Amino acid sequence: MNPLLTDELRNEPPEKLAVHHVSKTFHTAHGPVAALDNVSLHVREGEFVCLVGPSGCGKTTLLNIVAGLERPDRGEVLADGKPVRGPGRDRMVMFQEPALFPWLDVLGNVLFGLKLKPKLTSAQRREVALFYLQLVGLEKFIHANIHELSGGMKQRTALARALAPNPRVLLMDEPFASLDAMTREQLYGDLQRIWSERKKTIVFVTHNVREAVCLGDRVILFSPRPGRIREEFAIPLPRPRDINSVDVAQYATEITQALKRANLPEHTS
Amino acid sequence: MKRWLVAVSFFVVATALWEWLVRRGIWSPVLVPSPLDVGRYLITAAEDGTLLQATMVTLRRLVVGYVVSLVVGLPLGLVTARFAVCQDTLGLVALGLQTLPSVCWAPLALLWFGQTEGSMLFIVIMGSLWSVLLATTAGVQSVPPIYLRAARTMGSRGVHTWLKVILPASLPFVVSGMKQGWAFAWRSLMAAEIYVTILTGFGLGHLLHYGRELHAMDAVLGIMLVIIAIGLLADKLLFARAERWLHHRWGTGAL
Repeated sequence: MNPLLTDELRNEPPEKLAVHHVSKTFHTAHGPVAALDNVSLHVREGEFVCLVGPSGCGKTTLLNIVAGLERPDRGEVLADGKPVRGPGRDRMVMFQEPALFPWLDVLGNVLFGLKLKPKLTSAQRREVALFYLQLVGLEKFIHANIHELSGGMKQRTALARALAPNPRVLLMDEPFASLDAMTREQLYGDLQRIWSERKKTIVFVTHNVREAVCLGDRVILFSPRPGRIREEFAIPLPRPRDINSVDVAQYATEITQALKRANLPEHTS
Repeated sequence: MKRWLVAVSFFVVATALWEWLVRRGIWSPVLVPSPLDVGRYLITAAEDGTLLQATMVTLRRLVVGYVVSLVVGLPLGLVTARFAVCQDTLGLVALGLQTLPSVCWAPLALLWFGQTEGSMLFIVIMGSLWSVLLATTAGVQSVPPIYLRAARTMGSRGVHTWLKVILPASLPFVVSGMKQGWAFAWRSLMAAEIYVTILTGFGLGHLLHYGRELHAMDAVLGIMLVIIAIGLLADKLLFARAERWLHHRWGTGAL
């Protein structure tokens, strides 16, 4: 077929993130550790991708590289086709710890990133911040101090803070790992709702397979030392998904078995 | 309200006990004058203006010296925390000089600046600068790295990160360093005023010194009370508010 015609007839969502042959080695006191070895990954616009693997498999390192907080030894990351050279407001990060600033109240924390965005009046910034605080259900706590919030409320604030500069990509590094099960389940629902309402592209790191199946369009399984992509699973379940549903459990079982294989050495002698 | 009552009754009882010990002759009035004598001295000194004048002279020196310490100490503390070479040089100098009682500078200060206000200021600054500097450094170095990572993802860089993240994050340290610096400035100034006689103004330390020379212990105790009162007032007006705000925001200090 004529290449121009192929282009015209293409019916694929555009590529949001492209990780090309990325390798990263950390030099520790116990010698070099290959955190990532020749990892390639493509994420489409609006996709929810979960990275799963045992600890030490480099999934957090990959997230940090996509965020621009760390640089790869080899390979490159493209965001919207442009190489990532550092952190940017188009890719906001949510960490495992809320990392909220204790000298600011809830609203102040959400405003922090907005104040760095030019061309907004302070009234507009406030309006945007209030919009996202309402989206995460914290509109009644805008003037609360950070230490007064529960763990779940802290992560909701962190989510609002990450959403406020209106990034197209959200990078989430085990954001719910330290929360209790009930709070986590609420947040799974909220995150799916916000993701579909705000049409974000999300890369979500977790070691919880059920969580990954519940949230992701795709689950990418990593194997450790050196960190490589082992397997990929598409999760074509309808949304919103319930973490306790049978379908989620079935996919989770399948992936858990693959994960156990990934944990074993690749060549047993 | 109740706590306030307890505090007032404590001081009333303590003063009454003091008066009683002097009247019974258990404490010799030559060594410890009665609180009534001290009170009488304070009223006379307040009425003839010596007390107010001395207080103003002392406070001016204190405030000028302290402000210089802050203006110099805060940026130097930031620089010391930021650059390893400053940590190894300036940081070590600061640590060493902080252990030196600043009145030790009096002989050199007199030689360099003569019997002038400059001498006084130099001794005050040498007393308070180092604790401000060291506390700022400690504060900056204790900022959790995750704050800096979070700030970077939101687009904060360079000066913005220093002013909006590192400085506020180290505030608990900086405020306690400022408080310590104030206390050291106060001590240094009193030592300097007792040791160094200069003609450009008689401060509280000088009054204390003359009280000793004339063996007027009522004056000595009266001046001491004024010095304590100023210290308490500064603490309550300046630092207690800042500390209350910090505790409120950070959720520290439940008691």
